[in-house]
Amino acid sequence: MTTKETFEGLAAKFPQFDLGYLEGKDPAVLVKGENLVDLAQHLREEQDYDYCASITGVDYEDRFEVVYHLYSTTRKGGPVILKVHATRDNPEVPSVVSIWPGADWQEREVWDLMGIRFSGHPDLRRILMWEGFQGYPLRKDFPGMKDEYTFSQTSGDRENE
Amino acid sequence: MSELKTETITVNMGPQHPSTHGVFRLILTLDGETVVDVEPVVGYLHRNHEKIGEYNNWIQNTPFTDRLDYISPMSNEFAYVLAVEKLAEIESPERANYIRIIMVELNRIVNHMVAVGFLLNELGCFFTPMFYAIRWRELVMDLYEMTAGSRMMPNYFWIGGVAADLPPRFLPECKELVAALPSFIDELERLITDSEIVQMRCKNVGILPPDVAVAYGCTGPLLRASGVPYDIRRAEPYSIYDRFDFDVVVGTVGDVYDRYLVRIVEMRQSVRILEQALRDLPEGETATPKKKKFTPPQGDVYHRIEAPKGELGFYLVSDGSDHPYRYKIRAPSFVNLQSLPYMCKGHKIADVVIVIGSIDLTMGEVDR
Repeated sequence: MTTKETFEGLAAKFPQFDLGYLEGKDPAVLVKGENLVDLAQHLREEQDYDYCASITGVDYEDRFEVVYHLYSTTRKGGPVILKVHATRDNPEVPSVVSIWPGADWQEREVWDLMGIRFSGHPDLRRILMWEGFQGYPLRKDFPGMKDEYTFSQTSGDRENE
Repeated sequence: MSELKTETITVNMGPQHPSTHGVFRLILTLDGETVVDVEPVVGYLHRNHEKIGEYNNWIQNTPFTDRLDYISPMSNEFAYVLAVEKLAEIESPERANYIRIIMVELNRIVNHMVAVGFLLNELGCFFTPMFYAIRWRELVMDLYEMTAGSRMMPNYFWIGGVAADLPPRFLPECKELVAALPSFIDELERLITDSEIVQMRCKNVGILPPDVAVAYGCTGPLLRASGVPYDIRRAEPYSIYDRFDFDVVVGTVGDVYDRYLVRIVEMRQSVRILEQALRDLPEGETATPKKKKFTPPQGDVYHRIEAPKGELGFYLVSDGSDHPYRYKIRAPSFVNLQSLPYMCKGHKIADVVIVIGSIDLTMGEVDR
């Protein structure tokens, strides 16, 4: 089943969710944060998407995006990709740990490095950085690398960074 | 007699501990010798690989992936290169596809050798089985060195092919090695599989039922040992894996012993794939013409492969420039490690060590 068909099925079943279809190399379903858990529950229970492979946070500077890649271990076929947008000033997305327990550490990682809060997560602490660390390193406005150091030009015709 | 009181104590294990495969810390809550709770603490090797990857350009990231799971660098490169090729819609030449499969399957055998060797280390058989495994691993490393120039950080896979064609000595030596590998696996099995001590220590320890394994998102030998026949090479064939004949290996109980057996049989299956790939290896180009500056079109992709430890996925976002806008790694060890507390509860402290060994961790990949 292609993502397009999955999307059409979901859109017909949940007209109130106002789902969006995002074209691309990997087409995705755009879902609002408040409907995420209900939709995930449906995919897990009714459509056998029992395996949440990857959770990623992306900083698009005007907004955050959380991307979920869902697969089924019993059926063949590609992923269903869910995308949720979060605002820049108060990034918060509901947690899916109650549906896929394996989402636990991945959500903690997104919180740790990207600063997106997962409401309803049982234990939302930093995981890779140490406790007490300030800031979220994967955000585009995190100071570091290019901003902090000055690089001098070496002899040669191209710029070295 | 007055009532006996028991009290739980908290013990810190690691981060510097010989059995933790790197710098990895466990907070154990113990009732006597029995484990009540385990809390893994990771991040000691964190270097924000993903942020550095955003500053590197697309081509610079290929050698950088070698540093993730340093036991299986070829697999890391394979996953990254396939993801970029999907993004930029590049087809690698046929000969390069076969060379890649040969390298990656050799890598799977090496990884499983090391995993089995370290498992025996953890059982208290210090480094003797490991040396049996490392002796054969060196033969594979020799092949890597003659093709890529480096044993462990090969930087051999390039976007759109491989860095260089195989040297003339490669094929005869590789064929000889592949022909001899079954005898090595037999030897390893004679030493370990029926050993009474191994069976007593490993059987019914760290059982992971199939539904729990799937819920925790476990992949690779850890999941298959629990009886779930899920192998990405079969479920969603990538590259040219649909052309090869091999079996997906599953266990029955899902204990430490099953994970050991699954790895042993997977080595045999990799030998089968290698035989077919070496037989069918075509002549021709090994790389598409290289550009000085590589800029894939805008978009985002996720590509995953069956790495020796499980699902290794790369989620890449391109804004059309020469470096990734977002470079995310879905590391198998990181997700598999979540199942550790479930597997350890109720066992003794000594069993925690072998359960860690049976997951097959590389901290370079967990902490990134």
